[in-house]
This record gives sequence, C-alpha cells and structure tokens, in this order.
Amino acid sequence: MLNTLIDRIRAAHADGTPLIIQGGGSKTFYGNADEGEILGTRTLNGVVDYQPKELVLTAQSGTPLAEIEALLAEHKQMLAFEPPHFGGAATLGGSIAAGLSGPRRPYAGSARDFVLGVRMVDGTGQALRFGGQVIKNVAGYDVSRLMVGALGTLGLITEVSLKVLPCPGAESTLQFELDEAAAIVKMNTWAGQPLPLSATSWHAGLLTVRLSGARSAVRAAQAKLGGEVVNDAPAFWQRLRDQTTPFFDKRPSTFNQRLWRLAVKPTTPPLKLGDAQWIEWGGAVRWLVSDLRESTLREAALRCGGHATLFRGNAPVDGAFTPLAPALLTLHRNLKQRFDPKGIFNRDRLYPDF
Amino acid sequence: MSAVHSPAFLNALRSLLPPESLLTAPEDTRPFESDGLAAYRNTPDLVVLPDSEAQVAAILRLCHAHQVAVVTRGAGTGLAAGALPIDGAVLLVLARLNQIKNIDPLARTAVVQPGVRNLAISEAAAAYKLYYAPDPSSQIACSIGGNVAENSGGVHCLKYGLTVHNILKLRAWTIDGQLLEIGSDALDAPGYDLLALMTGSEGMLAVITEVTVKLLPRPERAQVVLAAFDDVAKAGAAVGNIIAAGVIPAGLEMMDRLAIQAAEDFVHAGYPLDCEAILLCEVDGVNEEVSDDIFTVRVVLAASGATEIRTADSEEQRLKFWAGRKAAFPAVGRLAPDYYCMDGTIPRAQLPHVLKRISEMSIEYGLAVANVFHAGDGNLHPLILFDANQPGELHQAETFGGKILELCVEVGGTITGEHGVGLEKINQMCAQFSTPELTRFHEVKAAFDPDGLLNPGKAVPELHRCAEWGAMHIQGGQLPHPELPRF
Repeated sequence: MLNTLIDRIRAAHADGTPLIIQGGGSKTFYGNADEGEILGTRTLNGVVDYQPKELVLTAQSGTPLAEIEALLAEHKQMLAFEPPHFGGAATLGGSIAAGLSGPRRPYAGSARDFVLGVRMVDGTGQALRFGGQVIKNVAGYDVSRLMVGALGTLGLITEVSLKVLPCPGAESTLQFELDEAAAIVKMNTWAGQPLPLSATSWHAGLLTVRLSGARSAVRAAQAKLGGEVVNDAPAFWQRLRDQTTPFFDKRPSTFNQRLWRLAVKPTTPPLKLGDAQWIEWGGAVRWLVSDLRESTLREAALRCGGHATLFRGNAPVDGAFTPLAPALLTLHRNLKQRFDPKGIFNRDRLYPDF
Repeated sequence: MSAVHSPAFLNALRSLLPPESLLTAPEDTRPFESDGLAAYRNTPDLVVLPDSEAQVAAILRLCHAHQVAVVTRGAGTGLAAGALPIDGAVLLVLARLNQIKNIDPLARTAVVQPGVRNLAISEAAAAYKLYYAPDPSSQIACSIGGNVAENSGGVHCLKYGLTVHNILKLRAWTIDGQLLEIGSDALDAPGYDLLALMTGSEGMLAVITEVTVKLLPRPERAQVVLAAFDDVAKAGAAVGNIIAAGVIPAGLEMMDRLAIQAAEDFVHAGYPLDCEAILLCEVDGVNEEVSDDIFTVRVVLAASGATEIRTADSEEQRLKFWAGRKAAFPAVGRLAPDYYCMDGTIPRAQLPHVLKRISEMSIEYGLAVANVFHAGDGNLHPLILFDANQPGELHQAETFGGKILELCVEVGGTITGEHGVGLEKINQMCAQFSTPELTRFHEVKAAFDPDGLLNPGKAVPELHRCAEWGAMHIQGGQLPHPELPRF
C-alpha cells in the first residue's frame, strides 16, 4: 500500500504533477483551494502499536479517528487534544496535518504537543522517519512537529505516534450568565488557579465551563465555582468541537458572510466586531461570522497578539491564512523547497505558490 | 585561517561593543573553554558578552559579513558539549541578557531575555501563585535561552511537558541579522510550526533574544510516596501499573542500588538500603485529587510487590525524600574521581532488559554504573564511574556510554531525552537516523543558515563521519549507511 503511494509520488515528482493528499475528506473546506490529482491515504489503515502502559499509540495515517478513539476508550484513555471530526470521516493523518485541536486544547495541549514521531514521504518519494515512540526525545530537529499544521505541504504523513492520556475519572459542566467582558476575565482568572478546568466557551451571554479530574476534585471545584450544572454536556462540547451548532452550521444570511477564526491573546477584551461571536479556549479563540473586510479582521487579530484565519467561506477560499512577515516567508519557502522541490503536495493550500 | 583574527574584524567588533564585553586574552576566555561536559575543552579565540538585543543583531551581521562562525552559549550548564568553543569562531555569551521584561498574571505569561535563569522565572512568578513548569536539575543555574535550545525537561515532564510545551513566542535572529518573530501571544501562529523547530535546535538555526513562557498555577498540594523493591524489574513494572491505573504522577523517579547507597551516604535522606531499587512517586493537584491519587498509588505499589511503602506526611519530609534524588549526581560523583552521565530514553517496558545489558557491559568494560531514571517518561541517566587520570579510562567510559545509547536506539528509544546531541553524541546520531534523514536535517539548517555559520559541526553529523563510524559498527552482517562512500 505504502509502496503504491511512493510510486505515485515519485512519478508526480518526475513530471511535476500536483497531488492533493486526502484522508476522510472531512476538512476539504479548510485552507485555500488547491488543484491536482487526489492521493488517498485510506489504504494506510490500522493501529500499528498501542501500549496503554506506555501512554503511546502508533497508527497509520489513514486510520479513522473514530476507530482510534474507540480503541483508546476500551482502555479508558483518550486523545487529550480532542481533535475535531467535522462530519465523522476524519483520519488521524488529516487531523495531524491540519493541526486542529478541540475544546480541551488550552488545558491539555494541542495536536502538535502530543505528536511523538512521524513516518512520512517527502516530495521526492523518499520515506523518512522523525521523532519516535518515547515522550522525551531531542535527537535531531523536531521535524515531526513541523509536519503538524503544515497541511501536507511538506510531505505525506504515513504513520503517527502520539502520546495518549487516561480519561478523567469524572467530568462536570457548569453554566453562568455573564456578559462578554466579565466572562473573558473569569476564564483567565480561573485558569490561574489550581482548578481542574478542561474546556471553556462563551456565547450569547452564557459562560460554559467543563471540569475534568478525580471525582472528588471535580466536586470540590463545582462547589467553589457555583453555576448551573449542564445535563447534556458531552453533546454540547462535541457540537462545539465539530462545529455542528447552528452558529457554525447555518447558511450565512449573505454570501459575503464567512466564518473567521481570530486567535488572540486570551485576555483580549471584547473585540466589538459584531454580535455573531463564539469564544473558546479561555478567550484565546474568537469565532466570528462576519462580512467585515479581510484587512479589518486581520489587523484586529494582529493588534491582539495573534492572527486571523478565514475558516469557512461560501466559495473556495484564497488567502485563508494570515500572510507571513518577509523573513518568515523566506524560511517557509526554503523549507518547502527542501522537502518538496517540485511543489507537488497540496499546492496553494497553505500559501500561494507553496 | 578564520577571519576571527583579522584586524578588520576585531576593529569592527570593538566599535560595536564596550571593551568589557569583548574578551580576547586567553586568561579571560579560558573560563569559557567547556560547558557542563568538562571532558570536552577548547579555549575560545574570542568571547563576546552583549547586553542588548541590538548588540546581538550587530554581532551576527558582522560575523556573517566576515563569514566567521558563531557558537551561542547561555549559562554553560549543557551536558553534551553543545556550547564547546570552535576554533576560529566567536563565542556569543547571552548571560548578560538577563532581564525579566514582563509578567502578565492574568494571561499567565512571562516575557524574559535568554540569560534569565530557569528558577528565577518561577521565583518572580511566585507572587502571583504561578510558576514555570520545566525544571531541569540545573535550574538554579541554567538559563531559559539554553533551555529552549536544548528543549530541556526535568522531573515533571510526564505531566507538564518539556520546554516545547511551555513556551509561546520567541524573538530570534538569523545569522544575517534578520529578526524572526516566531509563535504569538495566542495559542498558535500561522504557517509552519517554527516554534517547535527552534526548540531543541542547539543553536544551529538562529539566536534567541527573547522568550515568552507559559506560567501555570501552583498546585494546591503535592505529596510523594517512596517505595522499595527487591527487584529492579518489579519497580519498572510498578511504573506502568501506576499509569495503567489512570494516575499521571507529577514526578516518577527510580534509583538503583548503587545510586541509593551513594545518595544516602551523601545527604542521609533516610532511604531504605536493603533493596535493589526505589521509586519516588509524586502526585500534585487539587487537595481532594491528591488524596485519591495517593491512595491509588499505594494500592498499586503494594500489588506490584513493593517491600516497603512510605508516604511523606509533611512538606519537610517530602523535601527530604526528594533531597536524595536531587543530590544523586553529586552523590555518585563522590564514589569515583569522575563520572559520565548518559541520557538515553527507552520505552518503559524495555527497562529490565536495558538494565540487565548495562550491568553486563559494566563488567565487560570494568567500570561501575549507577542508574538514575526519570521512570515516568522512560529517560535513563546511567552514570558511568571512571578515573580520568588512569590512562584510557575516559576513552573506555565514552565507548561504554556510546554502547548504552546504541542499545537505547535498538530497543526503540533515542540517544538523548533531554541533554541534546551537541558534540558528545554526534556519532550515535548515525545509529538513530538514516542518510536521507540526516540529509534533511542538514537541509533544515541550510534553510535558516545557508553558510553553516551557527554552531557548525554540532548536533547533526556530516555524512562522511557516519561512514567512518559505520565502518566500525557492523551489526548482523549489515553495514549502517551502506550507500555512503568510504575512505
């Protein structure tokens, strides 16, 4: 299976054919529109090694996330970065290549934080292995984490080793009626205290907070924080993770309305960029459904120490990601050139001409 | 001959820096001849001690213009000769960039210069009940710039991660003097994850002048359990059993008989001496959670065959339990004139096998070994005892150490968990990586530093070196790196 893919990559390298790497196709909306032949990864299917006592799982990149999560759940373990499924077909490789994480991210870590190693094939068809299956490893540059969020532009990920964590013994979700400014302060204040926080969200005047940990710890934190207990909490967080709530899912009222993700310093006060907003990650992500100009949103995010991503549009997107400063752009181009000299992988998906 | 000695270069450097920031006399530069791995020494030609970011940028531009190599050094506590001076190069010491520029208690971040000591960050954050989590054992002295360069760990990595998990943003300068702002004040940044690439890059890619670190709330409570075992394998299995029970300890350390004995003789921590191994298991968090976890840990340890289990019931006792572990290196240092500390990581399940092989090799090489182990994350620190004044013993210790690292790779681990490759482990890189992988590493460096001026010759071996190394390491009839030309 792998050899078939390598042969196709070598052929594409030889004649400069662009390839679009695709797993489950659940995130085709993400990033800029790209063109090329589909290089499917679903034949790279299966868990290669899983040692619950080592807290390490290794799987081929085309393995469905749902399959991995089900296996982990049998051993009361989980992917702590809570990767989004976006419709259900998401694969491990796609999740790592996109580098997206779910509600637990600010408290447990991101997709890249849990990657221990990858096997990959670069743009010349060379199979490579970086990192490994151990938690501490500083031999060589951290190329495995460089692959996370690179949207496949540096190579085809064929296998991933991840650190996994035990599921918390108990979880409880609380809700508080609070205005936006007060909610942002609360999220940050609580994050600075020894509380078992595992997710935070604010939308339409409601702050929602998830606690995870030992039963006793969750109970004590609940008593300390107060608020209303949310009953169908797992469904609430899953809908937020997969963006299936009406806020994310509904057809925008005008063609120009698009879903923007503003990543900002978490303490950033209300952005005042319209009411259609959902705050996540302790204040560090502000989702906006907006028809404001790209430059307005990009400048707003930059002023707040971060960056803006055009996450979903009504048509194929170009310029999804914040342009890089010249010195960084040069480095990106140099790296792309070394890993994929003919530029065959996911052309334009991350930045134009990549 | 390097331009480092040319009058044009020296005069230009003098115009950039006050006289006290430029050391050229051997008696002034000799203190910088080695980092924490004193077996490797080389008196630097020239030492510069800038005290501002602007000076760093100007020095780099000048070195680039004159094609002079630069070795960056922080506090000099590294254990892999990563900051070993190179002939004809400038030693760029960042110790005077030592200001904590800002602490933001609400956002839980600190902005610090690279020469700030690791522990100083936690001390400054203590007023807000916050701290910086990675705690390498050199944390009193080591600086945050060096921590980023090495991706330093410590005893709390399993739960709180390494340096790479605890930083948000860097200001760094390329060799041609361009500023790179990597990362952001948010939790991610657009484009490739250069923050991960820079972390652990051993001064090979760019020079860091500012680091934004994450701060965490101080845990409400921390408590430690000490367990003794009559068999190292049982202690190793107990580690996996604790994790399988759903507990992620804040620290989980193992010491073998020789290390226990040495630590006990040195600091009188009250360790049991009639055992083959001890485990120290610390749990932290919310008060109630710690109580539950301590109960679980004790049950698991008993079921795993511990011969004795003690729980520290006061902060004083907790610190005493840790004192022995924290003093383990100097304690072992009293057993012999010199010791050589290794840093391999292995999948934990391989621990009994690896320890057995190490004790066999110990007999073979005629050198004693004490084992100190970050058991939770599989990071092994065998301490090889030797006497450098005995002809050939240093070489023998290095060969033995190299064999241990190759064994780590053989069982699916790595040659360095947290100390870095530097110059020390450069040959073992040939055991861990294939020629195309090493080529990619060289290309990553070239993407940042096309002229190869930053810390040349460290961290990633030249391919001819692997060919020479491979010629001496034929395993199972297979020559490593067979595709490389040999001469």
